[in-house]
Amino acid sequence: MSSLLGWIDDRFPLTKMWNEHLAQYYAPKNFNFWYFFGSLALMVLVIQIISGIFLTMHYKPDSHLAFGSVEFIMRDVPYGWLIRYIHTTGASAFFVVVYLHMFRALLYGSFKKPRELLWLFGMFIYLALMAEAFMGYLLPWGQMSYWGAQVITSLFGAIPVIGNDLLTWIRGDFVIGDATLNRFFALHVIALPLVLIFLVIAHILALHEVGSNNPDGIEIKKNKDANGIPLDGIPFHPYYTVKDIVGVVVFLFFFAIVIFYIPAGGGFLLEDNNFIPANALKTPAEISPLWYFTPFYAILRAVPDKLLGVGTMGASIVILFLLPWIDRCKVKSIRYRSAIYKVNLTIFIISFGALAYLGMHPVTLTNTMLSRLFSFLYFAFFIVLFITSKNESTKPVPDRVTS
Amino acid sequence: MKKTLLTLFMSSLLACFSLAGSVPAFAEEGVHLDKAPINISDKASLRRGAKIFAENCFSCHSAKFMRFNRIAKDLDMSKSDVRKMMIFTRDAKGAPTKIGAVMKVAMDAAYQKRAFGTTVPDLSVEARARGADWLYTYLRSFYIDPSRPTGANNAVFPKVGMPNILWKQQGLQKAVYKTIVQEDGVKANVIDHMEIVVPGNLNQVQFDKYTADLVNFMVYLAEPIQNVRRSMGWKVLGFLVILFVFAYMLKKEYWKDVHH
Amino acid sequence: MSTAKTSGNKVDTGRRRFLIAATSVVSAVGAGFVAVPFLESWEPSERAKNAGAPVEVNFKKLETGRLLTVGWQSKPVWVLKRTKTQLADLPKNDDRLRDPNSDVASQQPPYAKNEYRSRKADLLVLVGICTHLGCVPTYRPDIGPEDLGADWLGGFFCPCHSSRYDLAGRVFKGVPAPLNLLVPDYYYVNDDVILIGESGGKA
Repeated sequence: MSSLLGWIDDRFPLTKMWNEHLAQYYAPKNFNFWYFFGSLALMVLVIQIISGIFLTMHYKPDSHLAFGSVEFIMRDVPYGWLIRYIHTTGASAFFVVVYLHMFRALLYGSFKKPRELLWLFGMFIYLALMAEAFMGYLLPWGQMSYWGAQVITSLFGAIPVIGNDLLTWIRGDFVIGDATLNRFFALHVIALPLVLIFLVIAHILALHEVGSNNPDGIEIKKNKDANGIPLDGIPFHPYYTVKDIVGVVVFLFFFAIVIFYIPAGGGFLLEDNNFIPANALKTPAEISPLWYFTPFYAILRAVPDKLLGVGTMGASIVILFLLPWIDRCKVKSIRYRSAIYKVNLTIFIISFGALAYLGMHPVTLTNTMLSRLFSFLYFAFFIVLFITSKNESTKPVPDRVTS
Repeated sequence: MKKTLLTLFMSSLLACFSLAGSVPAFAEEGVHLDKAPINISDKASLRRGAKIFAENCFSCHSAKFMRFNRIAKDLDMSKSDVRKMMIFTRDAKGAPTKIGAVMKVAMDAAYQKRAFGTTVPDLSVEARARGADWLYTYLRSFYIDPSRPTGANNAVFPKVGMPNILWKQQGLQKAVYKTIVQEDGVKANVIDHMEIVVPGNLNQVQFDKYTADLVNFMVYLAEPIQNVRRSMGWKVLGFLVILFVFAYMLKKEYWKDVHH
Repeated sequence: MSTAKTSGNKVDTGRRRFLIAATSVVSAVGAGFVAVPFLESWEPSERAKNAGAPVEVNFKKLETGRLLTVGWQSKPVWVLKRTKTQLADLPKNDDRLRDPNSDVASQQPPYAKNEYRSRKADLLVLVGICTHLGCVPTYRPDIGPEDLGADWLGGFFCPCHSSRYDLAGRVFKGVPAPLNLLVPDYYYVNDDVILIGESGGKA
């Protein structure tokens, strides 16, 4: 066995990689609940890729056949229903874990120097994930698939001068049609997954280059023992592998509850209207994107001007990329930061949740006014952060991690 | 602070979910939907529903993603019973439609367009699109309206193209209106309740049960796997609990090394 | 808070080994269960099963000596009414065949394990797929043609790799095909109709 390993190691850095990324990767020993979601996101990616590959074997990317092929999977393919529910639930689960993972970064300043590039890779993953989810949602070719795609692609029409030509080019037709379905299928099943995998590798490599942050926001590499091992670090394997396995099992428990007992998720995972085949001549009474897009959708609708609305929505995502430079406070963890940051972040999270809620519901006067208020608060977070973080009154940060 | 933030975050997420979940996606403004008294694991009810479906719906509405033999298997019926109950068509070669075939109807789309002014929807996943309560209320909400080509209108689905197909069972009912003042101050006539004017074969309690059986079958039809899914679920969860016990003990054992 | 991550306490290696093994075994069982739906999803769908349902063949108008090909499970199935001469010629091939008595049970239902390989002597029912590599052999009823040799008494010849079968679908020695042609399940619904794909109650 060891001679085989030696044979491989002479030709491929297997042991080296194992050590670098697991057995001798030293992670802070004080990770808490919030640190489960990185590994969970990776697992959900694997779940999505595997279930997606198997769905591709039965799905037909053709506007006449797509809807029926999904029902074919649900009824006629042995266990097709299970594979499909795994995939539809997995899509939402991906966003749940990614949002919690991002929230962790806000709590403990994980995006700050030297982890700016790590954050940027993460943001690109988030962006690719949104594109992946959006294109995947067209494939069942139901009414929500169709009109969701129609509305969201129309955003490109807001771009001055080239907008309309660009729109037609993206759709490959004058409305969403067979051509659109085919290209979205190609992008969903191969192009974007490749991008995602590449970005995830970059994200992990960047993480392992600079080392993990922790709830105290201390660089554990500053305190090393005689062998150069961080005093507050423990090898990722076995300590965090065994811990993450527990996280995975707990996650799978909730995942299974959804798959087996509430696969439609009360309309959050599978919308009612998407059980009506796409009809280019009839828009459903209410259309709203799936829950993970609704905060941005609410921001879009809050602005009474097409171009400006699209611009504001774009800005709400772009501004997240700039976070490492907006937050100028040297202290990373919220544990040692000022009350202003705590209040500011709380308002931000409430605004994000409120926008998510508003984006799910039809436009009314109250809805629009509230959407404007919370959109303002969403952006205010970044402005207040930029202003107050420069000379923030922080608590003293300990030298070593606390438990 | 950490706890507070966590609680806030979770509760805001939960609030979004629970509030949004309470809005029925399809209910027309202002129409109250009755709760459909259905039980998807009641196979006797499903069999009655299948028969009602075959007798009343299946001459016009297809269920083209469903197979006859699936009904036989899932509802504990023999293939020949299903054949007698619902196979009325012949295949392209003139032979009786196979038991493993999908539930298509003979009526073509062009004829449907002429007869009903619209294409008749396929009912395979109708219960998932509309919801059981909608179907249950809709089927019991036809009322006499001479202005409509079919002589009937529907309180849940105004100006519906479908005729009141269950009138023999339900009887004919008329809408009784009341006047209300809307938010903007304009008075409007709205349907207050229905009154049976020509009694049907069934009384109201019987007809409600009859409709419930039909809706029950349609809910099954929309997702035939659901009983299997639920019974499989607890086994998976049970397995994960066992795995959790070992994984947790393993974690505890290793983390003895780590001192805080 | 201490600085050490490895303790001075004794590590209970036995317990660790047990827990690793237990968790691994339970996980492996779980992975096995997870694999089932994915592997099962490659089995024929209900649609394929319906398309492959038993097929009725009415051979009333079939001329003797003419081959009728019907589709069953998307495979070609031959129905052939053999002439008296053809039937009489069958035993003459016996010593040149690999399996003259149809001893390989997988190649025919029990009721077709006889000299004609059929329920009733004249009517031959075969799946027309060569047992070598899956080509469809051609029907060659002509006696002693130039390309097949003077001792050819009629049979099936596979163009792909020259495998030869007689008029009961029995494979000759010295050709690549290992087995006799497959006789599918079938039964007589009445004197003029057979159903291919089921043996009926009276197998």
